[in-house]
Amino acid sequence: MFAPLTIIALMLAAAALAVAFSRRPAADAVAYGAVGVLSVLLALWALVRLASGAADISVVLPIGLPWLGAHFAVDGLSAFFLLVVNLATAAAALFGWGYVRAHAAHGHAGDAPAERPPAEGPVAPLFPAFVAGMNLVLIAADAFVFLVGWEFMSLASWLLVLSTHREPATQRAARVYLIMASFGTLALLLAFGLLAGSDGAYAFESIRNSQPGAVAMTLAVLLTIMGAGSKAGVVPLHVWLPLAHPAAPSHVSALMSGVMTKVAIYAIVRVLFDLLPEPQWWWGGLLLALGALTAVLGVLYALMQDDMKTLLAYSTVENIGAIIIALGLALVFKASHTPVIAALAMAAALLHVLNHSLFKSLMFFVAGGVLSATGVRDLGRLGGLIHVMPLTAFLALVGSAAIAALPPLNGFVGEWLLFQAILNAPALPQWVLKIGIAVVGALLALSTALAAACFVRFYGMAFLGRPRGPEAVKAHDVNRPMLLGMAIPAALSVAIGVLPTPVIRLFEPALLATVEAGAFDDRNYQPWFWLAPTSAIGNSYSGLIMVAAIAGLSALLAWVIHRYASRGVRRGIPWGCGFTGGDPMARSQYTPSSFSQPLRRVFGSVAFSARDEVDMPQPGETRAANFRVHLDDPAWRLLFTPIVKLTERWANAVNRLQFLTIRRHLSLMFFALVALLAVVALLQR
Amino acid sequence: MTFATAVLLQLVQLLVMLAVAPLLIGWIRWVKSRLVGRRGASPLQPWRDILRLLRKEPVLAHQASPLFRASPYLIFTAIWFAAALVPAFSTDLALAPTADLIALIGFLASARFFLALAGMDVGTSFGGLGSSREMLIAALAEPAMLMVVFSVAILFRTTSLAEIAAQILSHPVGLRISLALALISLLMVAIAENARIPVDNPATHLELTMVHEAMVLEYSGRHLALIEAASHVKLTLYVGLIACVFFPWGMATPGQGFAAGLWGLLTFGFKLVAAGTLLALFETSIAKMRVFRYGEFLGGALLLSLLGAIFLYVSRGV
Repeated sequence: MFAPLTIIALMLAAAALAVAFSRRPAADAVAYGAVGVLSVLLALWALVRLASGAADISVVLPIGLPWLGAHFAVDGLSAFFLLVVNLATAAAALFGWGYVRAHAAHGHAGDAPAERPPAEGPVAPLFPAFVAGMNLVLIAADAFVFLVGWEFMSLASWLLVLSTHREPATQRAARVYLIMASFGTLALLLAFGLLAGSDGAYAFESIRNSQPGAVAMTLAVLLTIMGAGSKAGVVPLHVWLPLAHPAAPSHVSALMSGVMTKVAIYAIVRVLFDLLPEPQWWWGGLLLALGALTAVLGVLYALMQDDMKTLLAYSTVENIGAIIIALGLALVFKASHTPVIAALAMAAALLHVLNHSLFKSLMFFVAGGVLSATGVRDLGRLGGLIHVMPLTAFLALVGSAAIAALPPLNGFVGEWLLFQAILNAPALPQWVLKIGIAVVGALLALSTALAAACFVRFYGMAFLGRPRGPEAVKAHDVNRPMLLGMAIPAALSVAIGVLPTPVIRLFEPALLATVEAGAFDDRNYQPWFWLAPTSAIGNSYSGLIMVAAIAGLSALLAWVIHRYASRGVRRGIPWGCGFTGGDPMARSQYTPSSFSQPLRRVFGSVAFSARDEVDMPQPGETRAANFRVHLDDPAWRLLFTPIVKLTERWANAVNRLQFLTIRRHLSLMFFALVALLAVVALLQR
Repeated sequence: MTFATAVLLQLVQLLVMLAVAPLLIGWIRWVKSRLVGRRGASPLQPWRDILRLLRKEPVLAHQASPLFRASPYLIFTAIWFAAALVPAFSTDLALAPTADLIALIGFLASARFFLALAGMDVGTSFGGLGSSREMLIAALAEPAMLMVVFSVAILFRTTSLAEIAAQILSHPVGLRISLALALISLLMVAIAENARIPVDNPATHLELTMVHEAMVLEYSGRHLALIEAASHVKLTLYVGLIACVFFPWGMATPGQGFAAGLWGLLTFGFKLVAAGTLLALFETSIAKMRVFRYGEFLGGALLLSLLGAIFLYVSRGV
């Protein structure tokens, strides 16, 4: 228990040091170097604990609330999430260091377009504090420490978002984020309050042993899903995420999207699977419905975005949806006492947590790399980067294929496990769930297929084709720390995809802690290159054989063709649709919005009342034609705008109280006192 | 011994799928020509085309990237390998556990991903158009396909193709409404995924209607040969898949002798001829539909397969 606490303390010390040195260039090196080293150490510590199956440890320190102390504990679940958080953080620290160096060398911050003043807010001191907050949440063993860590994480990330405060979009993003973060913490606070009961037993151990009433438990479940769900980006509470995540510098965006959302998932798992007693099936049903909605809407939004980082943030919403579906499945199977199937679903959830933290970090690093090389975030001005940034392009291809859930990469393994769990739906007793899970499966398949379309669009627009703007022509590959920061998650994505079984074995302790069964429990023989979990009804998959077969066959084929058929190539000009004298701006290419137009027509008009507006000049007029797409986020229209309006109306009504005369003020207070006393008197009887 | 047999059968399957794929296309084209009153080229013509293209020097655009050159090999081998995992004449394949139905859908999705990227690589408007439409079709077809898998998994308690075929052969399930719905849905998906009429027209080069052809417009020479061969193998794969799940009769099972394997090959050949004839008949009797009606067509496929799964629950009470 000593190790994680020391590392968190050292991270906070690094934050303080970075503040002290903030005027010197060494501040960045101190902050990123310290976070990098410390998070590698913590990840290794967690890895060793998971691999050795070490017993749970806990400690109570005499700080915090006087009657409670501060409880810390690490079990299999915490250790798994510590590994996920610190692995991605280490890559982010490396990338971040390279990123600020590139910024210093070029004189423009990647995240601010070249013509605008660079981001000046302090990033270096807040970065370690943010990471420390996330780690604190994971090792907390009472509600107080948990919420302190949670708030620390929220506020540090809020300040990090504000580091680009000179951009007008950031101000709105930060305001919405602050409101949603406060809402989330409030919901969690109330949830823990309900669970702890009236005598304030906030330690997780006493919450586990208590028996809350039915109403309190229902409310606590709903509040947890709302509170942690708003941080994770569950629709309709996702609205802050695509605003705030892209506003921060790219390595911070990677942490917010890839890692902080996982801490929120940890909160859901901790409360629903561990702290609460025997689960009810409708908790899982609720998660399934929310997850399916989140997955489909998230990816549809992502498909409509032209801004690289906003697209990635919406894709996070989609992936969170998939994780929530897996958690819902694990809950319903746990509630129906089929722990082996629950373990399969939970393995899918945890694997997807790990996978998403890797490939989403990678994709945000790619976006950051493109940004620092070109100064542009708009896909509509990029293109052809594969020629000028070949290494970044290759790593981005790995990331895109992984996030699009394509075999043999890791994203596919997560989806495969999830579908295997879905195929077990007939084992459930509830008819609603049997049929509902079939529908959820169809929606999940839809979101997976749309994710592939989304990342074909992302990769094709940014890296392939011809440059759409002058910035894309002048780009160059990024520096070594940035490349290495991208290469680590890319390599891990490939490794997990090819050899998933050892990885899933590794987090068996986390499965045992949550669903009391492992994914490979009653199979005697389990070769390491074959993925065939117990309850996957005899199905199997092997990424290794697939890679070996396809690589071998491709090499053989290429050799045979080059040896016996034809070898050379000739270069020429492609057919340019009538543009004969060259097409300098490559305007005849498909643009991001033309690529998504068919999908917008099929899905967008229903989901976001999308409208395409074309302003075509009359024949003979020389002005340019204009094309505009209107999208309408139903979460804003149906939920948030009415709430804002209602709040304003109430605020105006209450505002009148400020302008009362002193006599009326006094009588108001007097009557309020009488009313409260009357309530107390009634309750006491 | 048994493992050696499985490896041998796996190799035969790999070669058979490659050998018959262009013949199937040739057969379909020949029947279609006959149906519209032309003499038609020999069914061997696709094979001749591929061999001719392989010997030709490809012409690449100046801005074509390495991805564009590597893609044909990856696409072809991914689809070829996937085809080798669909039991065609024997369920005793060494590599069959590499991929169940879901992983098979994943393999095809990987191939499609690279094809769509290759379409966008050169930066012409046709390529982008093709890629964009292809991804739309895929987004609509994949859920329908997975719902079919769901029905099959409820009925047979497995998604391993070899086990499904073996189960049907040993315990015939009889006629079921759910299976019929799943079959119709899978047929619709197969038509869409293989760029056949009414979703796409394999013979057109009209920009308003083409999808697959638009994506591969920039390919030539050996690259084009591989892309064409890949699309032929994909159609054979789908025929094999439908035959394996719905009509596995004649297929050899582990432990049966050499003659059973030969009989399996013969019946597979017969199934291919029948499927090709039916496809040609269907294509000559229907018109290509508009791009924006794909949603209705494939949405219908999705609903049919979902209905099939629900019927299964109701009828079996599982």
